Amino acid sequence: MNRKLAGWALLLLLAWLVVEPLALVAIDAVRVDGAWTFASMRAFFIEKNEWRAAWNSLWLAVVSVVLGALIGVPLALATRLVDFPGRRIVSALLTLPAVLPPLVGVVAFLFLYGESGVIARAVMAVTGAETAPWRFEGALAVVLIHATTMYAYTYLLVRAALATFDPALLEAATALGAGRWRAVRTIVLPLLRPAIGNGALLTALSSLASYSAPYVFGGGFRVLPTQVVTTRLNGDISVAMVETLALVALALIALLLASRLGGPGTRGAGKGLAPAPRASSPRTRRVVGTIAWVATGWLLLPHLALVVVSFVPIGAWNNTALPSAWTVGNYIALVAQPSRWRPFGTSLWMATLAAAVAAILALGVAVAARDSKRRLSRTLEAALALPWAVPGTVYAIALATMFSRLQPGAGRFVLIGTLWLLPLAYLVRALPIVGRALVGAIRGLDPALDEAATSLGAGGWRSFRTITLPLLGPALAGATALAFVTGLGDFMTSVILYTYDTRPVSLEILGAIRQGEIGVAAAYGVVLTAISTMAFYFAERGRATT
Amino acid sequence: MSTVTLTGLAKRFGETPVVSDVSLDVGEGELVALLGPSGSGKTTLLRLIAGFEQADAGTIRFDGDDVTNRSALERRCGMVFQHYALFPHLSVGENVAYGLEREKLAASERSARVNEVLALVDLAGFADRSVTALSGGQQQRVALARALAPRPRVLLLDEPLSNLDPSLRERTRRELRELVRRIGITTILVTHEQEEAFDLADRIAVLHLGRLEQVGTPEDLYRHPDTPFVAGFVGRTATLHGRVMGMHDGHLDVEAAGVRWLANGPLQMLGEVLLLVRPEATTVDPAGPLSGLVRARRFAGASTVITLLLASGEELEVMVESSDVQIGAEVRVRPNGIGAHAYPDRGA
Repeated sequence: MNRKLAGWALLLLLAWLVVEPLALVAIDAVRVDGAWTFASMRAFFIEKNEWRAAWNSLWLAVVSVVLGALIGVPLALATRLVDFPGRRIVSALLTLPAVLPPLVGVVAFLFLYGESGVIARAVMAVTGAETAPWRFEGALAVVLIHATTMYAYTYLLVRAALATFDPALLEAATALGAGRWRAVRTIVLPLLRPAIGNGALLTALSSLASYSAPYVFGGGFRVLPTQVVTTRLNGDISVAMVETLALVALALIALLLASRLGGPGTRGAGKGLAPAPRASSPRTRRVVGTIAWVATGWLLLPHLALVVVSFVPIGAWNNTALPSAWTVGNYIALVAQPSRWRPFGTSLWMATLAAAVAAILALGVAVAARDSKRRLSRTLEAALALPWAVPGTVYAIALATMFSRLQPGAGRFVLIGTLWLLPLAYLVRALPIVGRALVGAIRGLDPALDEAATSLGAGGWRSFRTITLPLLGPALAGATALAFVTGLGDFMTSVILYTYDTRPVSLEILGAIRQGEIGVAAAYGVVLTAISTMAFYFAERGRATT
Repeated sequence: MSTVTLTGLAKRFGETPVVSDVSLDVGEGELVALLGPSGSGKTTLLRLIAGFEQADAGTIRFDGDDVTNRSALERRCGMVFQHYALFPHLSVGENVAYGLEREKLAASERSARVNEVLALVDLAGFADRSVTALSGGQQQRVALARALAPRPRVLLLDEPLSNLDPSLRERTRRELRELVRRIGITTILVTHEQEEAFDLADRIAVLHLGRLEQVGTPEDLYRHPDTPFVAGFVGRTATLHGRVMGMHDGHLDVEAAGVRWLANGPLQMLGEVLLLVRPEATTVDPAGPLSGLVRARRFAGASTVITLLLASGEELEVMVESSDVQIGAEVRVRPNGIGAHAYPDRGA
């Protein structure tokens, strides 16, 4: 096959799937009823509510980044550098929020901190109050959720950076007379800057895109993603598009700031051995261990509440500290009623299809990017990464716009209302996840391996099949699992694009909460979490065996 | 078995010429080393021969066949990579069998071939091992076995010993030399270590800044270096500034550091010259005409090399037999008529 041609074909496909929908949004913002106009722009800039939503999105992102780093960095340092009891378990538990479906996380907070949540009920039981002592709502609730879930990005990246940190650097600092704190402050933290920067970027993008938390807990607290959907539902398409562009602009600013944070990585001249935790004094171990365990317990408490609530029958837990009865009825309800288990089937096939197609496309891009001239490969990678920087709500709207009319010449078809739009949206969301992993992995392969295969008579296809593909296997499995889980638990694109026949699990969870079936909603969340964890487990096991 | 003929090969990366006008004949079964410092273009030259890079000019022939425009796949040189490039997900046996796929051998025949080649590199019984569990020396031998298994016409070795510990390197070098001699395969080796090239190669091609400086046997290069670069890179030398006084017995008569030397060099040369002097070119002699202060001393087993600071301010290295020479002492030496090479002094 002609490789150059394949590269261009991929680029065309990505342009259609990733770039054109966004371009249409941009056009819709300045074109109303077939005429060019800046009226919507003006409306956005003079309307106080619009400004407030943009401002809220901005400060929420900043606060999420700061709090996420304040939680994530110390925990990463503690679990890597201090050998306290149960270090490995804490280490694994802390990564959970990064892989759980966002809506499930949000629902879990509802069950713990909400006005009818575990804590509120306990307080009511103790004080004998008739009504909940607080309402878990507004900016503070959203900030709490963001901080205690999004810390995981910074935590994961800093932990990974510490894994390749040369312990000789710390030893050198000690030999030069630096105490532990000075070594951390002057050596470790500066070298972790790129990891912290990338964590901050991920947190900022997630916070800007965050839909579930403001949607469920926001109340009067409006941010751009919820504002976009509201405006759109009110029929003000053009203003909604301007809001969408404002959101994209904020995301791009975050990307720009993050690219300035880059610096020398932790991969120094050292051997890159994972540092064994240093022998610490028993007191340090005890103190750090206690803090780490308490923090982990606090961070995972909502998920524990989710599990507890899933075993409580309807109406069995009103104003007592503990529920008065236990049941597995909520789980049975999921299995027994077709209308309840069908959404699982829908979510499963859509997420599977999206992840599989994304994996194939990303593999194609990764190979083409390796073999192509620099300009083409850069363009390909940029197209693949674009959906990563653009909030999911924006893409959902962009795809809804793109596929709302028949215009085959522009690649536009009517998919809205069909069962194909949602998997297509999941696919677009999955592309950057799989793409970044595979492009990175293929860059990490020694080019001499391919040359060795060639010198041994293996042509392009055989060399790819027998050398490149097996070596990419672990990265491919991990990234595909992540893409699958993202689609499986997706809420923010689904809520915009679903039809009744294709409603995914996340919407079913929301429906159950609205109908007061808290236990069923929790059971959905637990099952979704279990499937997600299993997907990662199998991907991880595949990684271990290759 | 094949001959390799390079004619006028050239390669640029962007604006930078990396290989310029290289012509070289490698005979059947011959082992030629491409020797040069880093950046001399030796690895690029090897990759041009393998077909991983395309030449901008010139031709490459294997056995007289022009392969210049053939892909690496079609040339099928056996190649040992600097970091071996073993396939980490395949076993030792699978790595070695990888190049046999084309031959459509029966399974039994193929495993016989694999075992045969593994025995050749002294790794019999290793076929089922994981390549990542091997020591550096074993990995190097697997890489060699893998390259040899398809019975290539030409064997290319890219710094094959540079990743080994010094102690292991010497042994592996000996084994490599014996193996390649026994098979009698035409071999081209890239190295930046003169000792390695001397030990392994029938002939050495010295590269400098992408150009071939000199091709010859190790002895040729040492005794008759064509250029100051070759004299300096192959073996140790000290550099003195001198002037040609005349000719004597087929040698140049050069005055440098206040004494007269008999030097190799073009006999028609006149005027200012650079005189490159080997450590064995002078002998300690209390009545010698040249004196200097000992600045440094390097013990090398049977002999010791001392560095003398001469009255001219230049330095001279002298091989001495006893090691009881004190730093700071005055030592007198005399040129003994060998080991000095004169070149036109382009800086003068």
